[in-house]
Amino acid sequence: MALETRVYQKENRLHFGKLLKASLHDIYASRFLSKQLAIRDISAQYRQSYLGILWAFITPLVTALVWILLKNSGTVRLSPTGIPYPVYAFAGTLIWSIITDSINAPMASTNSAKGLLTKLNFPKEALVISGIYKLLFNSAIKVLLLVVFVFAFGIGFHWSLLLFPFILLGAVLIGTAIGLFITPFGMLYKDIGKLISFGLTFLMYVTPVVYAIPKDGVMKMVMTYNPLTPIILTTRDFVTGQHPEHLSYFLVVMGCCIPLFVIGLVFYRLSIPIIVER
Amino acid sequence: MKDHDDILVKVEGLSKKFCKDLKTSLWYGVKDLISNVRGNQHERLLRPKEFWAVKDVSFEVRRGECLGLIGHNGAGKSTLLKILNGLIMPDAGKVTIRGRVGALIELGVGFNPILSGRENIYNNGAILGFSRKEIDAKLEAIIAFAELEEFIDMPVQHYSSGMKVRLGFAVAAQMEPDVLIIDEVLAVGDLGFVLKCFKTIDNILPKTAVIFVSHSMPMVNRMCNQIILMDRGNSIFQGDDVAKAIDLYYMRFANNESGILFDDQSVVVEHVKILNARKYSHGISQLNWNDSLCINVKFQLLDLKEMPWVILLLFDKEQRPVAYLKQIELVKEDLQRDNYLNFKIIHEKINLSKGIYTVDLLICKAYTKEPYIRIKSALSFQVLHQEDVWPTFFLPTTYENINLD
Repeated sequence: MALETRVYQKENRLHFGKLLKASLHDIYASRFLSKQLAIRDISAQYRQSYLGILWAFITPLVTALVWILLKNSGTVRLSPTGIPYPVYAFAGTLIWSIITDSINAPMASTNSAKGLLTKLNFPKEALVISGIYKLLFNSAIKVLLLVVFVFAFGIGFHWSLLLFPFILLGAVLIGTAIGLFITPFGMLYKDIGKLISFGLTFLMYVTPVVYAIPKDGVMKMVMTYNPLTPIILTTRDFVTGQHPEHLSYFLVVMGCCIPLFVIGLVFYRLSIPIIVER
Repeated sequence: MKDHDDILVKVEGLSKKFCKDLKTSLWYGVKDLISNVRGNQHERLLRPKEFWAVKDVSFEVRRGECLGLIGHNGAGKSTLLKILNGLIMPDAGKVTIRGRVGALIELGVGFNPILSGRENIYNNGAILGFSRKEIDAKLEAIIAFAELEEFIDMPVQHYSSGMKVRLGFAVAAQMEPDVLIIDEVLAVGDLGFVLKCFKTIDNILPKTAVIFVSHSMPMVNRMCNQIILMDRGNSIFQGDDVAKAIDLYYMRFANNESGILFDDQSVVVEHVKILNARKYSHGISQLNWNDSLCINVKFQLLDLKEMPWVILLLFDKEQRPVAYLKQIELVKEDLQRDNYLNFKIIHEKINLSKGIYTVDLLICKAYTKEPYIRIKSALSFQVLHQEDVWPTFFLPTTYENINLD
């Protein structure tokens, strides 16, 4: 009988390929665990609440409402968006909330499993994957609401709507990849978490979430180069069936996100023992 | 079957350092994160405010063997277990583990209080590495083992702590590990359940290499055939002489808890000592088994009208009372000048088994035993014998043949 052999020693012979292979193997081996963790958290989340699943879209809905109110009352003047503003604002805030959730997800799952991490040895990747499951679950509900919006405001069905789930997956991957890099530091210092939520609020205003990119000025430049911009815009264009202007930049960002995610995974795997130790 | 292939756990020169200060520790954490990515090749030295939690420990455990890890709190046992379990990385040395590792470090971690016992069995099982199919197959056995048939669909937050531990162990007991790591988890739960746990462990022991951490020496003695005594991260005794390590372990606790428990100032104790010690070791008198025990007590009555009783109580190294020496009922005639009393108490043929014992002195009012003074561990002594047995008494026997017809 061949026994699986594990060697623990000072990590002096780093081998990216080997680490990645081990990481991917663990993801596969722990597929039941990640599913189980996701089911555990989702069912526990809603068992103690009456509104339950509604909470998932209350936040983007309220943010969108605020902006609709601001625009309709004339408090802020926004450049024309080309589609009914409520759909524009809601689609924007919704995609934005998915991105921010996915940036925070790895840290949240790791933090909540801290007790587990210091007691038991299990594939840590399961935490990341279960975080993605949870995100997809929550996002799916929000997307349903968005589709209702699209039809209610008479935009109607476009074939590009079918591409939407793939883009969503991309957005989740990018967010998670960023989150993976932040998590180890955030686990050590609480400041990082605060800084991230603070930074994200700021970032929202330099991303065309609730308003279009201005015609000129500093804002235009910042917004055009912001890597989150193409994600928001392209996703929204696909939903509403407009011509996706930033498609090439979007594809570049997506292309970067896969290697970024992979490096993030390896980094995460390397750093867990150090977090457990502290 | 003692060939090389059967070594399941091999630890070579293992060391691990920790930091005493939280802020510094976090900062080192960030540095380690970065140096890890670069692949740190340097030898790890102590940085300021760091200490070795485990230093240069080596051992091997084969299938069917049980290694006991003992030592007082903070000796580095749990750190060692965490490294063996792969939770943290060593700073020097190497651990090679073959086969499936099971850890009974804390039971029922990962239980979600809102979910029912049944749902938590699936979660806990998944964390321990079972597939859904495996859990489906074992579910009934788990519930039966935990004796929770009635409450299995109740949220875990309403379970008692004993019930949670039972459920946790029941799931963990389904593992069929090659290497089993046990860390003092069986301290909770009622006696019946603890016995059940040990039966389970006994069953898997022959097929498994076990590493067992405990403060309960009888359990260590019962289970282990190899032992490491740790102190401040170092292994100070290692080998298969389990009894000797246990003696050393107790030795570190001897002598440190003598004290007056009660004193109403009516008597002053001058001394309590053993008169017939054969030799001394670490300030403890040593006697041979079956010697007589001869204790000299000298004290002065200050303002006492009646004559007191003197009682000696013997305790073993775990502070369990083992004997009550029949009270000495002093009379007026025993009084010497200045109200001094000086006499020896003799117990012939001490048949206590090998080990260290402490003696409490109680001087009290006659009949009511209302204390005047009580001294905890007034003296300690060690009984020497070549035979090593666990029960407190080692009684001499003789035998005679009984004719068949």
